Amino acid sequence: MGYFAGLIFVLAALWLGLSGIYKPLLLILAGISILISVVLASRLETVDREGSPYGRTIPILSYWAWLQVEIFKANWPVIKACVSANLNINPAFVRVKTRCESDLAKTIFANSITLTPGTVTVEVEGDKLLIHALFEEAATPASFDEMDHRSYRAADGKRKEELVA
Amino acid sequence: MPEVLDILLFVKPWVGGILCVIGALLALIGSIGVLRFPDFFTRPHAASITDTSAVTLGLLGMAILAPSWLVVFKLVAIWLFIFLTSPTGSHALANAAHTAGLQPVLGRDLRRPENREEEA
Repeated sequence: MGYFAGLIFVLAALWLGLSGIYKPLLLILAGISILISVVLASRLETVDREGSPYGRTIPILSYWAWLQVEIFKANWPVIKACVSANLNINPAFVRVKTRCESDLAKTIFANSITLTPGTVTVEVEGDKLLIHALFEEAATPASFDEMDHRSYRAADGKRKEELVA
Repeated sequence: MPEVLDILLFVKPWVGGILCVIGALLALIGSIGVLRFPDFFTRPHAASITDTSAVTLGLLGMAILAPSWLVVFKLVAIWLFIFLTSPTGSHALANAAHTAGLQPVLGRDLRRPENREEEA
């Protein structure tokens, strides 16, 4: 039930923010469209931990803030490689093992790697990720360790307690 | 504190405009990188500059220039959706190329791999 409440709250906030006109007619239409969206989502059986992960908003937001800083730091070498006179890059494939268990945590980790300039996740198989890196020397398995740990904590931390509850 | 407010109102359009220009320059650099990088697997790296820092700085500049909070909300929504969708797109492209068996350019000397399509 919490998943439905989270989904309805986010859809309502999105409507209110995007519309900006708060007449009764439009608010009724908003209610109807939110209802249709929720019914469709529940028929698709996507209203679960992955489709409505708003119970973990605070850990995911703090992870997001950390990720922004990492992305900005990772931008510099790629910008330099783009504009330098000779193409000073060293592309390579790297294999990385992840500790993330759930699909949500794996998706967050793989998408964070792809978002960070200089690394793109090519394939995910079980707990192993195939990563294409622009600079082989910068993409050691240890360099992904902190991101792995943090995305695990953001999506999976205290998960066992949640499953018990 | 009317003086401080005056200074803020004077500085605001300049800060927003400069952030927008920096974002546009980063998008340009990303496009140059897409054209310069040697093969399919390296090009998404250049595109990810446009996807991340250029978008962030550009939208931040627009948010500072925005006339109302509703516009800011929309810009934040755009920012979130770009950050959620762009890695999915890059991953789908790279995964498709890998699954199709495209050989990447590897190493510092950028050796050209022997792809079957080039031989044919």
